[in-house]
Formats: sequence, C-alpha cells, structure tokens
Amino acid sequence: MNNTTDIPILRVENLCKSYGDLHVLKNVSFEIRRGEKKVFVGPSGTGKSTLLRCINQLTVPDSGFVYLNGEEITNSGKKINEYRQKMGMVFQNFNLFDHLTAVRNIELALLKVKKMSKADAHKKAMDELERVGMADRADFYPAQLSGGQAQRVSIARALAMDPEVMLFDEPTSALDPELKREVMEVMRKLAEGGMTCIVVTHEMKFATSFATEILLMEKGEIVERGNPADIPTSPNFVRTREFMGSYVEE
Amino acid sequence: MFESFSAVTDSAGFLLGGVLTTLVLVGLALLMGFLIGITLTLGQVYGAKIIQRAVSVYVWFFRGLPNIVLLFLFYFALFPFFGLSNMPAFLVAVIVLGMRSAAYQSQIFRGAIQSIADGQMLAARSLGMTKWQAIKSIILPQSLRLSLPGWSNEYPVLLTDSSVAYVIGVAELLTRTSQVISRTGEPMLLYLTCAVVFILLNYGGMMLIQHIEKKVKIPGFGENECEQI
Repeated sequence: MNNTTDIPILRVENLCKSYGDLHVLKNVSFEIRRGEKKVFVGPSGTGKSTLLRCINQLTVPDSGFVYLNGEEITNSGKKINEYRQKMGMVFQNFNLFDHLTAVRNIELALLKVKKMSKADAHKKAMDELERVGMADRADFYPAQLSGGQAQRVSIARALAMDPEVMLFDEPTSALDPELKREVMEVMRKLAEGGMTCIVVTHEMKFATSFATEILLMEKGEIVERGNPADIPTSPNFVRTREFMGSYVEE
Repeated sequence: MFESFSAVTDSAGFLLGGVLTTLVLVGLALLMGFLIGITLTLGQVYGAKIIQRAVSVYVWFFRGLPNIVLLFLFYFALFPFFGLSNMPAFLVAVIVLGMRSAAYQSQIFRGAIQSIADGQMLAARSLGMTKWQAIKSIILPQSLRLSLPGWSNEYPVLLTDSSVAYVIGVAELLTRTSQVISRTGEPMLLYLTCAVVFILLNYGGMMLIQHIEKKVKIPGFGENECEQI
C-alpha cells in the first residue's frame, strides 16, 4: 500500500473515446490524491459519465492511460478485476441485483470475488449497511426499497470491497429532493472519513460544498477547474458561472 | 360401445407402462432441452460471432423441420449413417425431441436475458466480478425466473409432441393404446382413455410448474406495474 501523498491514487492521462463521429472524450487528463474530492459538472452529454466508466474500464477508452497507485490499469487484461475492487462505483440507477436482498447484494462480491467465508461476508455486509443507516432493511429486496434507500445500499455494496476511491455517477439524479438529501448525507459522512471521491453530478449546491476541486466539462473536455470557493469571483470560472446561472433558471 | 371396460382394466398395467415411458421421454427431453438450450443462449448472447452464427443455424434447423421428419431423419438415416443403427428408438426420440426443444427453449431464455438491464452486468463488473461470475450469479438467476411463464409452455408442447415417437415404435402411451385396440377392437374406449390420461398429465405438470413459479418468486421482481392499476 502506498501512503505517500505525492503519488496520486489515480492518474488519468489523455483519455479519448469516440462513438463513430462523436468525440465523447478528448484528451482528458487529471489526477486525484488521497482524500481529495473531485466533482465533475457540466451539461448533459459532455462525457462525464463516460469518463467515470473509462476510469474503471467498464468502457474501454480508444486511447490514453489510467494509473491506479502508479500502476497502469488500461490494457491490464484480466487483472482489471483486481483493480476494479479498489474503485467503488455508484450508478445513477442504483443497479442493485434485483433478485437478492440488500444484505445479499453486498455479500455476493465478498463471497465470489474476495472469497470470504459466509460468516465474514455477512458480518462485513451488515457493518456496511450500518454505516449507511440501512441495517434495518437488510432483508428487503430492491423493489421494496425507496430510491434513496436503494442508493444507500448500493453505496454500501461498493464500500464493502474496501475501495481506495469511490466513483459516483450522478448518484442523486434519479431521486426526488428529500431522497437526494439522505444520499448526500451518506456521501458527506464518507468524505469526512477521508474517502477519496470522484463525483459526477448536476447538484451544483452540493458540488460546491462537497468538492475540493470543481471541474467543468464541455464537449468532452475539461474547460474550467479550480477551488469551488473561487467560483463566484474568479476569472477562471466564467463558463461555470454561466452554466450555474442557466441551471438555476431551469 | 362401452360394453367391455375390461379392455381398459385388463390392459391397465400395459398402458401404465406406456404412461411411464411417455413421462420419462418428456422429462428427459425437457431436461436435455434445458441444458442445451441454456448453452445455446449463452453462446448466442455472449459468444463470439462465429458461435452466434452456429447457434442461429442450429435453431433455424430444428425449428424449421417437423418432429416426424426429424425422427425419421435421425432414426433411419443419420444415426445408421454414423454406425449407430442399434440406437434404441426411445433414445433417438429423447435426443430428437430434446434437441428440438433446446432450439425453442434457447429463444425463450434469450428473450429473458436481453430484457435484463445492462446495469446489472455493469454493477457486477464494477465490483470486480468476472463476466462468467456475473452470468452465473446474477444474469441466469434473474433470467430463468423471468423465463418461467414462457418456459412453462414447453411442457405441454413436448408432452403432446411426444406421441409422435409412435412412428419409430417407441412403446409410449399412444403406441400401447393402439396395440390394445388392435387386440380388443375398442377404439372409442381406449382413445378416450388415452386422451384423458394426456389431459391429466398436462394438468399435473402445469400445476407443478406453477408451484415452482410461486416458490422462486422474488418480491417485486418481474412484476408488471400495470397489473396493479
């Protein structure tokens, strides 16, 4: 385990991805150090979600590199399954396994991937459910949970793998305001605990209060980035202010 | 015309043997169709292009030919051609009905697998599971449940189709019924008996499948929201 702060946990270098003539990602580069929270904002369809999926290789980039603790994970073949455990992912639509209860959703990968014993997996799963305040819903099936509860379970499922970085792909977009709040609270608690996070979101208020760095993406590129405290005044955030303005008016 | 019920009662044991043969034939063919069917589906959905092609040809062949043509083709031509002329008729019937059922079953499973959201696979892979682990632990358990209503149709189809094994002399229910008729000259009584037995077998099997369907049901999974309106 590498604990020195000068090697970033994750380094993304010149990622490119196209679908036919559509260039979704154009030479995207950034890096994230332990404990940092990078939040990607920007209009829909600008490649933010594709970027997250290219990081853990659920989508294979056309070119560019991703390094996890200095090791290249692009083109890593079967070893990607080991790397993915270190990068927990939370999806917009939760993607809980519909045929398994909340606790078994979490146990499954612990048993199959981490090869834990049944008892250990169960204990770990219950601990993680406790952490997101869902222990009392352990035996509920996904269809019996509210959206906010389902998303909390899916966060617990990712956390159970002991990831070094969490990737959140619009975790609250499918939720109504009240349910958004409970998911955001869980994320804040995680962040306070020092978890490294990369978040894609449209919640600008949450983004500015959560992020250590805000990155605005447009047409497949990072166009503006910086400390969220500077957004209201800095000349580096002209487009971001416009984007936020248009967003509020909607 | 029912003067002699004894035509049935005297041959009850003989006919029961036919029922048993029918049931074992259908059971084995269903099982074989299930195992081959699943394999075909996985090949068609997740396999390389060439495998997908091969599965399509298989499905096209077995769905395109009548059962009776397949039975004749395998029993009188293909198996003897490959030096297997001693293959018992019963086994040939199991293989032909099973392989044909596999073609149909594979398409039932395929529809179910394709109806499962991609997100399930993405979530599994994001946790570090291999594709095969995801298929085994997530995609199949879900798609098999979703397949059950469509799959339950395979039982009555195979059951009724099984009587075609008569043409190659398998001693199933219809064959034995006909033999008793030629001995006693009681077609009405015996064909009616045969029909009633088929209906009972059909009913019993469907009850069993419905029971299984209830047993493996997941709360809220695969439910049509419109049903609640």
